[in-house]
Amino acid sequence: MNAPARSFRVLPGFRLTLGYTLAYLSLIVLVPLAAVFLKTFTLTFDQFWAVVTAPRVVASYKLSFGMSLLAAAINAVFGLMLAWALVRYRFPGKKLIDALVDLPFALPTAVAGIALTALYAKNGWIGQLLEPLGIQVAFKPLGVLVALVFIGLPFVVRTVQPILEDLDTELEEAAASLGAVRWQIFRHVILPVLLPALLTGFALAFARAVGEYGSVIFIAGNIPMVSEITPLMIITKLEQYDYTGATAIAVVMLMFSFTLLLVINGLQAWTAKRTGRNR
Amino acid sequence: MDGETYREEPLMSGAVAMQWSGAGDSAARFETKAATREAPLVKWLIIGLSLSFFAVFLLMPLVAVLVEALRKGWETYLTALLDPDALSAVKLTLIAAVIAVPLNLVFGVAAAWAIAKFEFRGKHFLITLIDLPFSVSPVIAGLIYVLVFGAQGWLGPWLYEHDIRIIFAVPGIVLATVFVTFPFVARELIPLMEAQGKEEEEAAVVLGANGWQTFWHVTLPNIKWGLMYGVILTNARAMGEFGAVSVVSGHIRGETNTLPLHVEILYNEYQFAAAFAVASLLAMLALVTLGLKTWVEHRAAAAHNENQDGTS
Repeated sequence: MNAPARSFRVLPGFRLTLGYTLAYLSLIVLVPLAAVFLKTFTLTFDQFWAVVTAPRVVASYKLSFGMSLLAAAINAVFGLMLAWALVRYRFPGKKLIDALVDLPFALPTAVAGIALTALYAKNGWIGQLLEPLGIQVAFKPLGVLVALVFIGLPFVVRTVQPILEDLDTELEEAAASLGAVRWQIFRHVILPVLLPALLTGFALAFARAVGEYGSVIFIAGNIPMVSEITPLMIITKLEQYDYTGATAIAVVMLMFSFTLLLVINGLQAWTAKRTGRNR
Repeated sequence: MDGETYREEPLMSGAVAMQWSGAGDSAARFETKAATREAPLVKWLIIGLSLSFFAVFLLMPLVAVLVEALRKGWETYLTALLDPDALSAVKLTLIAAVIAVPLNLVFGVAAAWAIAKFEFRGKHFLITLIDLPFSVSPVIAGLIYVLVFGAQGWLGPWLYEHDIRIIFAVPGIVLATVFVTFPFVARELIPLMEAQGKEEEEAAVVLGANGWQTFWHVTLPNIKWGLMYGVILTNARAMGEFGAVSVVSGHIRGETNTLPLHVEILYNEYQFAAAFAVASLLAMLALVTLGLKTWVEHRAAAAHNENQDGTS
Protein backbone atom coordinates (compact mmCIF):
# COMPACT_ATOMS: atom_id res chain seq x y z
CA MET A 1 0.00 0.00 0.00
CA ASN A 2 2.74 2.43 -0.92
CA ALA A 3 1.84 5.96 -1.80
CA PRO A 4 2.70 7.06 -5.29
CA ALA A 5 5.98 8.92 -5.17
CA ARG A 6 4.79 11.50 -7.70
CA SER A 7 3.98 14.34 -5.33
CA PHE A 8 6.05 15.92 -2.64
CA ARG A 9 4.13 15.78 0.59
CA VAL A 10 4.16 18.84 2.78
CA LEU A 11 2.54 17.27 5.81
CA PRO A 12 4.60 14.93 7.96
CA GLY A 13 3.58 11.68 9.60
CA PHE A 14 2.26 9.66 6.66
CA ARG A 15 4.49 6.63 7.19
CA LEU A 16 4.07 6.72 10.94
CA THR A 17 0.30 6.98 11.00
CA LEU A 18 -0.36 4.57 8.12
CA GLY A 19 2.14 2.09 9.55
CA TYR A 20 0.52 2.27 12.95
CA THR A 21 -2.96 1.95 11.43
CA LEU A 22 -2.02 -1.15 9.47
CA ALA A 23 -0.18 -2.77 12.37
CA TYR A 24 -2.98 -2.16 14.87
CA LEU A 25 -5.65 -3.22 12.38
CA SER A 26 -3.81 -6.46 11.64
CA LEU A 27 -3.18 -7.24 15.28
CA ILE A 28 -6.67 -6.59 16.60
CA VAL A 29 -8.87 -7.44 13.62
CA LEU A 30 -7.28 -9.14 10.62
CA VAL A 31 -5.09 -11.81 12.18
CA PRO A 32 -7.72 -13.00 14.70
CA LEU A 33 -10.38 -13.03 11.95
CA ALA A 34 -8.05 -15.07 9.75
CA ALA A 35 -7.91 -17.61 12.58
CA VAL A 36 -11.57 -18.43 11.93
CA PHE A 37 -10.89 -19.33 8.32
CA LEU A 38 -7.68 -21.23 9.04
CA LYS A 39 -9.40 -23.22 11.76
CA THR A 40 -12.11 -24.31 9.32
CA PHE A 41 -9.45 -25.72 7.00
CA THR A 42 -8.77 -28.43 9.59
CA LEU A 43 -12.14 -29.83 8.53
CA THR A 44 -12.74 -31.64 5.27
CA PHE A 45 -15.46 -30.15 3.14
CA ASP A 46 -17.84 -32.99 3.99
CA GLN A 47 -17.30 -32.47 7.70
CA PHE A 48 -17.80 -28.72 7.31
CA TRP A 49 -20.97 -29.26 5.31
CA ALA A 50 -22.33 -31.73 7.87
CA VAL A 51 -21.87 -29.17 10.68
CA VAL A 52 -23.38 -26.19 8.88
CA THR A 53 -26.37 -28.11 7.49
CA ALA A 54 -27.28 -30.02 10.68
CA PRO A 55 -31.06 -29.74 11.19
CA ARG A 56 -30.76 -27.74 14.41
CA VAL A 57 -28.38 -25.28 12.75
CA VAL A 58 -30.58 -24.96 9.67
CA ALA A 59 -33.55 -24.25 11.93
CA SER A 60 -31.50 -21.45 13.53
CA TYR A 61 -30.72 -19.92 10.10
CA LYS A 62 -34.41 -19.90 9.25
CA LEU A 63 -35.27 -18.20 12.52
CA SER A 64 -32.37 -15.71 12.46
CA PHE A 65 -32.71 -14.69 8.82
CA GLY A 66 -36.50 -14.81 8.73
CA MET A 67 -37.03 -12.75 11.85
CA SER A 68 -34.23 -10.33 10.89
CA LEU A 69 -35.85 -9.69 7.50
CA LEU A 70 -39.24 -9.21 9.08
CA ALA A 71 -37.86 -6.89 11.78
CA ALA A 72 -35.98 -4.83 9.19
CA ALA A 73 -39.17 -4.54 7.10
CA ILE A 74 -41.20 -3.39 10.13
CA ASN A 75 -38.47 -0.88 10.94
CA ALA A 76 -38.39 0.37 7.36
CA VAL A 77 -42.10 1.26 7.59
CA PHE A 78 -42.18 2.73 11.09
CA GLY A 79 -38.67 4.18 10.88
CA LEU A 80 -39.65 6.11 7.75
CA MET A 81 -42.80 7.30 9.49
CA LEU A 82 -40.90 8.41 12.58
CA ALA A 83 -38.21 10.15 10.52
CA TRP A 84 -40.96 11.88 8.55
CA ALA A 85 -42.68 13.09 11.72
CA LEU A 86 -39.37 14.31 13.20
CA VAL A 87 -38.39 16.23 10.05
CA ARG A 88 -41.70 17.59 8.80
CA TYR A 89 -43.89 18.26 11.82
CA ARG A 90 -43.68 20.28 14.99
CA PHE A 91 -45.07 18.64 18.09
CA PRO A 92 -44.33 18.76 21.82
CA GLY A 93 -41.41 16.66 23.07
CA LYS A 94 -39.87 16.37 19.63
CA LYS A 95 -36.28 17.16 20.66
CA LEU A 96 -36.42 14.59 23.47
CA ILE A 97 -37.80 11.91 21.17
CA ASP A 98 -35.16 12.72 18.55
CA ALA A 99 -32.43 12.19 21.15
CA LEU A 100 -34.01 8.97 22.48
CA VAL A 101 -34.18 7.34 19.03
CA ASP A 102 -30.55 6.31 19.56
CA LEU A 103 -31.40 4.48 22.78
CA PRO A 104 -30.91 1.00 21.25
CA PHE A 105 -27.30 2.01 20.43
CA ALA A 106 -26.64 3.33 23.91
CA LEU A 107 -28.50 0.80 26.04
CA PRO A 108 -26.43 -2.34 26.65
CA THR A 109 -28.04 -5.27 24.85
CA ALA A 110 -28.33 -7.41 27.99
CA VAL A 111 -30.34 -4.64 29.67
CA ALA A 112 -32.63 -4.38 26.65
CA GLY A 113 -33.00 -8.15 26.70
CA ILE A 114 -34.18 -8.48 30.28
CA ALA A 115 -36.38 -5.37 30.00
CA LEU A 116 -38.18 -6.73 26.92
CA THR A 117 -38.59 -10.11 28.61
CA ALA A 118 -40.16 -8.46 31.65
CA LEU A 119 -42.55 -6.48 29.41
CA TYR A 120 -43.68 -9.40 27.28
CA ALA A 121 -43.77 -12.18 29.89
CA LYS A 122 -47.27 -13.42 30.78
CA ASN A 123 -47.50 -11.08 33.75
CA GLY A 124 -45.66 -8.20 32.06
CA TRP A 125 -47.22 -4.86 31.10
CA ILE A 126 -47.63 -5.84 27.44
CA GLY A 127 -47.67 -9.61 27.89
CA GLN A 128 -50.81 -9.56 30.05
CA LEU A 129 -52.67 -7.58 27.40
CA LEU A 130 -51.71 -10.06 24.68
CA GLU A 131 -52.32 -13.17 26.78
CA PRO A 132 -56.17 -13.06 26.51
CA LEU A 133 -55.80 -12.71 22.74
CA GLY A 134 -53.85 -15.95 22.68
CA ILE A 135 -50.64 -14.21 21.61
CA GLN A 136 -47.49 -15.29 23.40
CA VAL A 137 -44.34 -13.30 22.75
CA ALA A 138 -41.76 -14.12 25.40
CA PHE A 139 -39.94 -17.44 24.95
CA LYS A 140 -41.42 -17.83 21.45
CA PRO A 141 -40.06 -16.91 17.99
CA LEU A 142 -42.19 -13.76 18.21
CA GLY A 143 -39.98 -12.64 21.12
CA VAL A 144 -36.95 -12.76 18.82
CA LEU A 145 -38.81 -10.46 16.42
CA VAL A 146 -39.62 -7.94 19.16
CA ALA A 147 -35.97 -7.75 20.27
CA LEU A 148 -34.75 -7.33 16.68
CA VAL A 149 -37.25 -4.55 16.02
CA PHE A 150 -35.95 -2.78 19.13
CA ILE A 151 -32.30 -2.85 18.07
CA GLY A 152 -32.91 -2.05 14.39
CA LEU A 153 -35.10 1.05 14.56
CA PRO A 154 -32.38 3.76 14.77
CA PHE A 155 -30.65 2.46 11.63
CA VAL A 156 -33.63 3.32 9.43
CA VAL A 157 -34.48 6.60 11.17
CA ARG A 158 -30.90 7.89 11.08
CA THR A 159 -30.30 7.00 7.41
CA VAL A 160 -33.57 8.44 6.15
CA GLN A 161 -33.73 11.54 8.38
CA PRO A 162 -30.83 13.55 6.82
CA ILE A 163 -32.07 12.86 3.28
CA LEU A 164 -35.55 14.04 4.21
CA GLU A 165 -34.10 17.19 5.77
CA ASP A 166 -32.15 18.00 2.62
CA LEU A 167 -35.11 17.60 0.27
CA ASP A 168 -35.86 20.68 -1.76
CA THR A 169 -39.43 21.85 -1.55
CA GLU A 170 -39.46 23.10 -5.15
CA LEU A 171 -40.10 19.69 -6.69
CA GLU A 172 -43.09 19.09 -4.44
CA GLU A 173 -44.42 22.56 -5.16
CA ALA A 174 -44.02 22.00 -8.89
CA ALA A 175 -45.84 18.67 -8.66
CA ALA A 176 -48.63 20.26 -6.62
CA SER A 177 -49.01 23.11 -9.08
CA LEU A 178 -49.36 20.54 -11.86
CA GLY A 179 -52.28 19.06 -9.99
CA ALA A 180 -50.73 16.06 -8.24
CA VAL A 181 -52.40 15.11 -4.97
CA ARG A 182 -50.32 14.62 -1.83
CA TRP A 183 -50.15 10.83 -2.09
CA GLN A 184 -49.02 11.00 -5.72
CA ILE A 185 -46.33 13.50 -4.76
CA PHE A 186 -45.08 11.17 -2.04
CA ARG A 187 -45.22 8.11 -4.26
CA HIS A 188 -43.67 9.62 -7.41
CA VAL A 189 -41.55 12.55 -6.22
CA ILE A 190 -40.37 11.93 -2.65
CA LEU A 191 -40.12 8.14 -2.44
CA PRO A 192 -37.75 7.73 -5.43
CA VAL A 193 -35.29 10.11 -3.77
CA LEU A 194 -35.62 8.36 -0.41
CA LEU A 195 -35.48 4.81 -1.74
CA PRO A 196 -31.70 4.23 -1.70
CA ALA A 197 -31.43 5.58 1.85
CA LEU A 198 -34.42 3.55 2.96
CA LEU A 199 -32.90 0.39 1.49
CA THR A 200 -29.56 1.21 3.16
CA GLY A 201 -31.32 1.59 6.52
CA PHE A 202 -33.15 -1.67 5.91
CA ALA A 203 -29.91 -3.48 5.05
CA LEU A 204 -28.09 -2.03 8.08
CA ALA A 205 -30.92 -3.08 10.39
CA PHE A 206 -30.98 -6.51 8.79
CA ALA A 207 -27.20 -6.98 9.10
CA ARG A 208 -27.24 -5.95 12.75
CA ALA A 209 -30.22 -8.20 13.51
CA VAL A 210 -28.61 -11.33 12.08
CA GLY A 211 -25.59 -11.01 14.36
CA GLU A 212 -27.45 -9.75 17.43
CA TYR A 213 -27.08 -11.80 20.58
CA GLY A 214 -27.56 -9.99 23.91
CA SER A 215 -31.02 -8.54 23.47
CA VAL A 216 -32.41 -11.75 21.95
CA ILE A 217 -31.29 -14.62 24.15
CA PHE A 218 -33.28 -13.58 27.22
CA ILE A 219 -36.62 -13.24 25.44
CA ALA A 220 -36.15 -16.09 22.94
CA GLY A 221 -36.42 -18.99 25.37
CA ASN A 222 -33.76 -20.78 23.29
CA ILE A 223 -35.75 -23.94 22.53
CA PRO A 224 -33.85 -26.19 20.07
CA MET A 225 -35.40 -26.24 16.58
CA VAL A 226 -37.87 -23.51 17.61
CA SER A 227 -36.31 -20.38 19.05
CA GLU A 228 -32.54 -20.74 18.83
CA ILE A 229 -30.76 -17.98 16.87
CA THR A 230 -27.56 -18.73 14.90
CA PRO A 231 -25.17 -16.78 17.19
CA LEU A 232 -26.49 -18.91 20.06
CA MET A 233 -25.55 -22.06 18.11
CA ILE A 234 -21.95 -20.81 18.14
CA ILE A 235 -22.11 -20.31 21.91
CA THR A 236 -23.68 -23.76 22.39
CA LYS A 237 -20.88 -25.43 20.41
CA LEU A 238 -18.27 -23.49 22.38
CA GLU A 239 -19.79 -24.60 25.67
CA GLN A 240 -19.42 -28.20 24.46
CA TYR A 241 -15.76 -27.45 23.61
CA ASP A 242 -16.61 -28.09 19.94
CA TYR A 243 -14.35 -25.33 18.63
CA THR A 244 -14.30 -26.51 15.01
CA GLY A 245 -18.09 -26.75 14.96
CA ALA A 246 -18.45 -23.25 16.37
CA THR A 247 -15.92 -21.97 13.83
CA ALA A 248 -17.69 -23.59 10.88
CA ILE A 249 -20.95 -21.81 11.75
CA ALA A 250 -19.01 -18.59 12.30
CA VAL A 251 -17.60 -18.87 8.76
CA VAL A 252 -21.10 -19.13 7.32
CA MET A 253 -22.16 -16.04 9.26
CA LEU A 254 -19.03 -14.11 8.28
CA MET A 255 -19.48 -14.86 4.58
CA PHE A 256 -23.01 -13.58 4.85
CA SER A 257 -21.93 -10.43 6.74
CA PHE A 258 -19.20 -9.62 4.23
CA THR A 259 -21.61 -10.02 1.32
CA LEU A 260 -24.09 -7.73 3.03
CA LEU A 261 -21.30 -5.23 3.72
CA LEU A 262 -20.61 -5.05 -0.03
CA VAL A 263 -24.32 -4.59 -0.74
CA ILE A 264 -24.50 -1.78 1.82
CA ASN A 265 -21.45 -0.05 0.32
CA GLY A 266 -23.15 -0.23 -3.06
CA LEU A 267 -26.39 1.16 -1.65
CA GLN A 268 -24.55 4.06 -0.02
CA ALA A 269 -22.88 4.91 -3.31
CA TRP A 270 -26.34 4.86 -4.92
CA THR A 271 -27.69 7.15 -2.19
CA ALA A 272 -24.86 9.58 -2.83
CA LYS A 273 -25.57 9.51 -6.57
CA ARG A 274 -29.32 9.94 -6.15
CA THR A 275 -29.08 12.86 -3.77
CA GLY A 276 -25.80 14.49 -4.74
CA ARG A 277 -24.49 14.05 -1.21
CA ASN A 278 -20.93 12.87 -0.92
CA ARG A 279 -20.22 10.16 1.65
CA MET B 1 -30.39 24.40 3.35
CA ASP B 2 -26.80 25.36 2.82
CA GLY B 3 -24.63 23.18 0.65
CA GLU B 4 -21.96 22.86 3.31
CA THR B 5 -24.14 20.84 5.64
CA TYR B 6 -22.01 18.01 6.86
CA ARG B 7 -23.32 14.66 7.90
CA GLU B 8 -21.97 11.23 8.04
CA GLU B 9 -23.44 7.98 6.84
CA PRO B 10 -24.55 5.71 9.62
CA LEU B 11 -22.35 2.84 10.62
CA MET B 12 -22.83 -0.85 10.61
CA SER B 13 -23.83 -1.34 14.17
CA GLY B 14 -22.95 1.43 16.43
CA ALA B 15 -23.18 5.07 16.18
CA VAL B 16 -25.07 7.07 13.76
CA ALA B 17 -24.81 10.41 12.15
CA MET B 18 -23.19 13.32 13.73
CA GLN B 19 -25.41 16.07 12.48
CA TRP B 20 -24.35 19.61 12.39
CA SER B 21 -26.78 21.28 10.16
CA GLY B 22 -28.33 24.54 11.30
CA ALA B 23 -29.71 24.20 14.79
CA GLY B 24 -33.16 25.43 13.72
CA ASP B 25 -36.23 23.26 13.33
CA SER B 26 -36.53 22.12 9.73
CA ALA B 27 -40.25 21.45 10.11
CA ALA B 28 -41.14 25.12 9.66
CA ARG B 29 -39.84 24.93 6.10
CA PHE B 30 -42.37 22.24 5.22
CA GLU B 31 -45.30 23.17 7.43
CA THR B 32 -45.69 26.73 6.16
CA LYS B 33 -46.37 25.81 2.55
CA ALA B 34 -49.56 24.19 1.29
CA ALA B 35 -47.66 22.13 -1.27
CA THR B 36 -45.44 20.42 1.30
CA ARG B 37 -47.82 19.63 4.10
CA GLU B 38 -50.43 16.96 4.63
CA ALA B 39 -54.02 17.26 5.69
CA PRO B 40 -54.22 17.61 9.49
CA LEU B 41 -55.82 14.18 9.80
CA VAL B 42 -52.94 12.53 7.91
CA LYS B 43 -50.39 14.53 9.86
CA TRP B 44 -51.77 13.51 13.24
CA LEU B 45 -52.20 9.93 12.08
CA ILE B 46 -48.51 9.76 11.15
CA ILE B 47 -47.45 11.43 14.40
CA GLY B 48 -49.77 9.18 16.42
CA LEU B 49 -48.64 5.94 14.78
CA SER B 50 -44.93 6.68 14.85
CA LEU B 51 -44.99 7.93 18.43
CA SER B 52 -46.99 4.90 19.59
CA PHE B 53 -44.40 2.68 17.93
CA PHE B 54 -41.65 4.69 19.61
CA ALA B 55 -43.37 4.45 23.01
CA VAL B 56 -43.98 0.70 22.84
CA PHE B 57 -40.62 -0.37 21.44
CA LEU B 58 -38.18 2.18 22.88
CA LEU B 59 -39.69 4.01 25.82
CA MET B 60 -41.39 1.13 27.62
CA PRO B 61 -38.26 -1.05 27.93
CA LEU B 62 -36.41 1.90 29.44
CA VAL B 63 -39.19 2.63 31.93
CA ALA B 64 -39.51 -1.08 32.72
CA VAL B 65 -35.85 -1.26 33.78
CA LEU B 66 -36.26 1.59 36.26
CA VAL B 67 -39.60 0.34 37.64
CA GLU B 68 -38.44 -3.26 38.03
CA ALA B 69 -35.25 -2.09 39.72
CA LEU B 70 -37.20 -0.37 42.48
CA ARG B 71 -39.99 -2.94 42.74
CA LYS B 72 -38.63 -4.34 46.02
CA GLY B 73 -37.74 -0.93 47.41
CA TRP B 74 -34.62 1.15 47.88
CA GLU B 75 -33.07 -1.19 50.38
CA THR B 76 -32.96 -4.14 48.00
CA TYR B 77 -31.80 -1.78 45.28
CA LEU B 78 -28.84 -0.50 47.27
CA THR B 79 -27.97 -3.96 48.58
CA ALA B 80 -27.75 -5.22 45.01
CA LEU B 81 -25.49 -2.36 43.97
CA LEU B 82 -23.21 -2.57 47.01
CA ASP B 83 -22.80 -6.33 46.79
CA PRO B 84 -19.05 -7.12 46.51
CA ASP B 85 -19.59 -9.02 43.25
CA ALA B 86 -21.43 -6.03 41.79
CA LEU B 87 -18.65 -3.68 42.87
CA SER B 88 -15.99 -5.90 41.33
CA ALA B 89 -18.08 -5.97 38.13
CA VAL B 90 -18.14 -2.16 38.15
CA LYS B 91 -14.38 -2.17 38.57
CA LEU B 92 -13.77 -4.58 35.70
CA THR B 93 -16.14 -2.65 33.42
CA LEU B 94 -14.23 0.54 34.19
CA ILE B 95 -10.87 -1.18 33.58
CA ALA B 96 -12.02 -2.47 30.18
CA ALA B 97 -13.26 0.99 29.16
CA VAL B 98 -10.20 2.81 30.50
CA ILE B 99 -7.94 0.62 28.34
CA ALA B 100 -10.12 0.28 25.24
CA VAL B 101 -11.06 3.95 24.84
CA PRO B 102 -7.52 5.46 24.71
CA LEU B 103 -6.24 2.63 22.48
CA ASN B 104 -8.98 3.17 19.92
CA LEU B 105 -8.71 6.93 20.28
CA VAL B 106 -5.03 6.92 19.31
CA PHE B 107 -5.76 4.49 16.50
CA GLY B 108 -8.67 6.59 15.27
CA VAL B 109 -6.59 9.77 15.11
CA ALA B 110 -3.68 8.01 13.38
CA ALA B 111 -5.96 6.32 10.83
CA ALA B 112 -7.86 9.53 10.12
CA TRP B 113 -4.61 11.48 9.67
CA ALA B 114 -3.24 8.95 7.16
CA ILE B 115 -6.52 8.57 5.29
CA ALA B 116 -7.80 12.15 5.27
CA LYS B 117 -4.55 14.05 4.70
CA PHE B 118 -2.80 11.82 2.16
CA GLU B 119 -3.58 10.07 -1.10
CA PHE B 120 -2.66 6.43 -1.51
CA ARG B 121 -3.88 3.35 -3.32
CA GLY B 122 -6.30 1.06 -1.52
CA LYS B 123 -7.70 3.81 0.65
CA HIS B 124 -11.32 2.78 0.27
CA PHE B 125 -10.43 -0.82 0.92
CA LEU B 126 -8.66 0.25 4.10
CA ILE B 127 -11.78 2.12 5.26
CA THR B 128 -13.87 -0.98 4.62
CA LEU B 129 -11.43 -3.07 6.68
CA ILE B 130 -11.64 -0.57 9.55
CA ASP B 131 -15.43 -0.97 9.45
CA LEU B 132 -15.24 -4.77 9.62
CA PRO B 133 -15.76 -5.11 13.40
CA PHE B 134 -19.18 -3.48 13.00
CA SER B 135 -20.36 -6.14 10.60
CA VAL B 136 -19.15 -9.07 12.68
CA SER B 137 -21.51 -10.63 15.22
CA PRO B 138 -20.30 -9.95 18.79
CA VAL B 139 -20.27 -13.68 19.43
CA ILE B 140 -17.76 -14.13 16.59
CA ALA B 141 -15.72 -11.23 17.99
CA GLY B 142 -15.28 -13.28 21.14
CA LEU B 143 -14.71 -16.52 19.26
CA ILE B 144 -11.74 -15.22 17.25
CA TYR B 145 -9.76 -14.51 20.43
CA VAL B 146 -10.62 -17.94 21.82
CA LEU B 147 -9.18 -19.42 18.61
CA VAL B 148 -5.95 -17.43 19.01
CA PHE B 149 -5.39 -17.42 22.77
CA GLY B 150 -7.62 -20.24 24.09
CA ALA B 151 -6.32 -23.54 25.47
CA GLN B 152 -6.69 -25.15 22.02
CA GLY B 153 -5.74 -21.98 20.15
CA TRP B 154 -2.63 -20.99 18.22
CA LEU B 155 -0.83 -19.50 21.19
CA GLY B 156 -2.60 -21.62 23.82
CA PRO B 157 0.19 -24.09 24.59
CA TRP B 158 2.87 -21.36 24.72
CA LEU B 159 0.74 -19.20 27.02
CA TYR B 160 0.05 -22.18 29.25
CA GLU B 161 3.76 -22.92 29.55
CA HIS B 162 4.46 -19.36 30.59
CA ASP B 163 1.45 -19.27 32.91
CA ILE B 164 -0.20 -16.37 31.09
CA ARG B 165 -4.00 -16.34 31.06
CA ILE B 166 -5.84 -14.34 28.43
CA ILE B 167 -9.07 -16.21 27.78
CA PHE B 168 -11.36 -16.51 30.82
CA ALA B 169 -9.33 -13.67 32.32
CA VAL B 170 -9.17 -9.89 32.25
CA PRO B 171 -6.92 -9.51 29.14
CA GLY B 172 -9.44 -11.43 27.01
CA ILE B 173 -12.24 -9.16 28.16
CA VAL B 174 -10.18 -6.09 27.31
CA LEU B 175 -9.30 -7.48 23.86
CA ALA B 176 -12.92 -8.30 23.02
CA THR B 177 -13.91 -4.80 24.15
CA VAL B 178 -11.22 -3.22 21.99
CA PHE B 179 -12.47 -5.23 19.00
CA VAL B 180 -16.14 -4.26 19.24
CA THR B 181 -15.32 -0.56 19.76
CA PHE B 182 -12.53 -0.52 17.18
CA PRO B 183 -14.04 1.69 14.40
CA PHE B 184 -15.98 4.33 16.38
CA VAL B 185 -13.39 7.12 16.64
CA ALA B 186 -11.85 6.47 13.21
CA ARG B 187 -15.27 6.39 11.54
CA GLU B 188 -16.17 9.71 13.15
CA LEU B 189 -12.91 11.48 12.30
CA ILE B 190 -12.21 10.31 8.74
CA PRO B 191 -15.10 12.12 7.01
CA LEU B 192 -14.71 15.12 9.29
CA MET B 193 -11.00 15.56 8.51
CA GLU B 194 -11.58 14.85 4.81
CA ALA B 195 -14.18 17.63 4.72
CA GLN B 196 -11.78 20.05 6.37
CA GLY B 197 -9.03 19.50 3.82
CA LYS B 198 -5.37 20.07 4.57
CA GLU B 199 -4.72 23.68 3.63
CA GLU B 200 -4.57 24.90 7.22
CA GLU B 201 -2.09 22.20 8.22
CA GLU B 202 0.05 22.81 5.15
CA ALA B 203 0.15 26.52 5.94
CA ALA B 204 1.30 25.76 9.48
CA VAL B 205 4.08 23.46 8.24
CA VAL B 206 5.23 25.98 5.65
CA LEU B 207 5.39 28.59 8.40
CA GLY B 208 7.76 26.33 10.31
CA ALA B 209 5.60 24.31 12.70
CA ASN B 210 6.63 20.71 13.21
CA GLY B 211 4.17 17.82 12.80
CA TRP B 212 3.23 17.61 16.45
CA GLN B 213 2.68 21.38 16.79
CA THR B 214 0.58 21.35 13.63
CA PHE B 215 -1.60 18.57 14.95
CA TRP B 216 -1.93 20.07 18.42
CA HIS B 217 -2.62 23.68 17.46
CA VAL B 218 -4.28 23.39 14.04
CA THR B 219 -5.94 20.00 13.60
CA LEU B 220 -7.07 19.21 17.13
CA PRO B 221 -9.14 22.38 17.65
CA ASN B 222 -10.93 21.59 14.38
CA ILE B 223 -11.78 18.01 15.27
CA LYS B 224 -12.32 18.23 19.01
CA TRP B 225 -16.12 17.81 18.88
CA GLY B 226 -15.92 14.89 16.49
CA LEU B 227 -13.25 13.37 18.70
CA MET B 228 -15.39 13.76 21.80
CA TYR B 229 -18.36 12.29 19.96
CA GLY B 230 -16.33 9.23 19.02
CA VAL B 231 -15.05 8.82 22.58
CA ILE B 232 -18.59 8.99 24.03
CA LEU B 233 -19.80 6.28 21.66
CA THR B 234 -16.71 4.13 22.24
CA ASN B 235 -17.14 4.38 25.98
CA ALA B 236 -20.85 3.50 25.89
CA ARG B 237 -20.24 0.41 23.82
CA ALA B 238 -17.17 -0.58 25.87
CA MET B 239 -19.12 -0.50 29.12
CA GLY B 240 -22.20 -2.16 27.69
CA GLU B 241 -20.78 -4.93 25.50
CA PHE B 242 -22.27 -8.30 26.26
CA GLY B 243 -21.93 -10.94 23.53
CA ALA B 244 -18.22 -10.69 22.78
CA VAL B 245 -17.24 -10.36 26.42
CA SER B 246 -19.52 -13.23 27.40
CA VAL B 247 -17.61 -15.64 25.12
CA VAL B 248 -14.17 -14.84 26.55
CA SER B 249 -15.10 -14.20 30.17
CA GLY B 250 -15.77 -17.62 31.66
CA HIS B 251 -18.22 -15.90 34.04
CA ILE B 252 -16.11 -16.16 37.18
CA ARG B 253 -17.87 -14.13 39.85
CA GLY B 254 -15.87 -11.36 41.40
CA GLU B 255 -13.09 -11.95 38.87
CA THR B 256 -14.14 -11.89 35.22
CA ASN B 257 -17.63 -10.43 35.43
CA THR B 258 -18.41 -7.10 33.84
CA LEU B 259 -21.64 -5.27 34.66
CA PRO B 260 -23.65 -6.67 31.73
CA LEU B 261 -22.48 -10.19 32.59
CA HIS B 262 -23.38 -9.64 36.23
CA VAL B 263 -26.89 -8.66 35.10
CA GLU B 264 -27.14 -11.94 33.19
CA ILE B 265 -25.99 -14.06 36.14
CA LEU B 266 -28.40 -12.43 38.56
CA TYR B 267 -31.25 -12.75 36.06
CA ASN B 268 -30.55 -16.42 35.42
CA GLU B 269 -30.58 -17.00 39.19
CA TYR B 270 -34.05 -15.43 39.33
CA GLN B 271 -32.78 -12.51 41.41
CA PHE B 272 -34.84 -10.20 39.24
CA ALA B 273 -34.83 -7.14 41.50
CA ALA B 274 -31.05 -7.29 41.83
CA ALA B 275 -30.60 -7.89 38.09
CA PHE B 276 -32.72 -4.86 37.26
CA ALA B 277 -30.98 -2.78 39.91
CA VAL B 278 -27.61 -3.39 38.25
CA ALA B 279 -29.25 -2.97 34.84
CA SER B 280 -30.58 0.43 35.93
CA LEU B 281 -26.98 1.59 36.41
CA LEU B 282 -26.31 0.72 32.78
CA ALA B 283 -29.57 2.33 31.69
CA MET B 284 -28.54 5.55 33.41
CA LEU B 285 -25.18 5.32 31.67
CA ALA B 286 -27.10 5.08 28.38
CA LEU B 287 -29.15 8.19 29.22
CA VAL B 288 -26.03 10.14 30.18
CA THR B 289 -24.47 9.01 26.89
CA LEU B 290 -27.46 10.25 24.89
CA GLY B 291 -27.47 13.53 26.80
CA LEU B 292 -23.75 14.12 26.19
CA LYS B 293 -24.13 13.14 22.56
CA THR B 294 -26.93 15.66 22.03
CA TRP B 295 -24.89 18.34 23.78
CA VAL B 296 -21.83 17.65 21.62
CA GLU B 297 -23.98 17.77 18.49
CA HIS B 298 -25.24 21.21 19.53
CA ARG B 299 -21.76 22.52 20.27
CA ALA B 300 -20.44 21.10 17.01
CA ALA B 301 -23.29 22.70 15.07
CA ALA B 302 -22.64 26.03 16.77
CA ALA B 303 -18.89 25.83 16.07
CA HIS B 304 -19.58 24.84 12.47
CA ASN B 305 -21.98 27.71 11.87
CA GLU B 306 -19.55 30.16 13.47
CA ASN B 307 -16.87 28.95 11.07
CA GLN B 308 -19.23 29.39 8.14
CA ASP B 309 -19.97 32.96 9.18
CA GLY B 310 -16.30 33.71 9.68
CA THR B 311 -15.27 32.53 6.24
CA SER B 312 -18.12 33.83 4.12
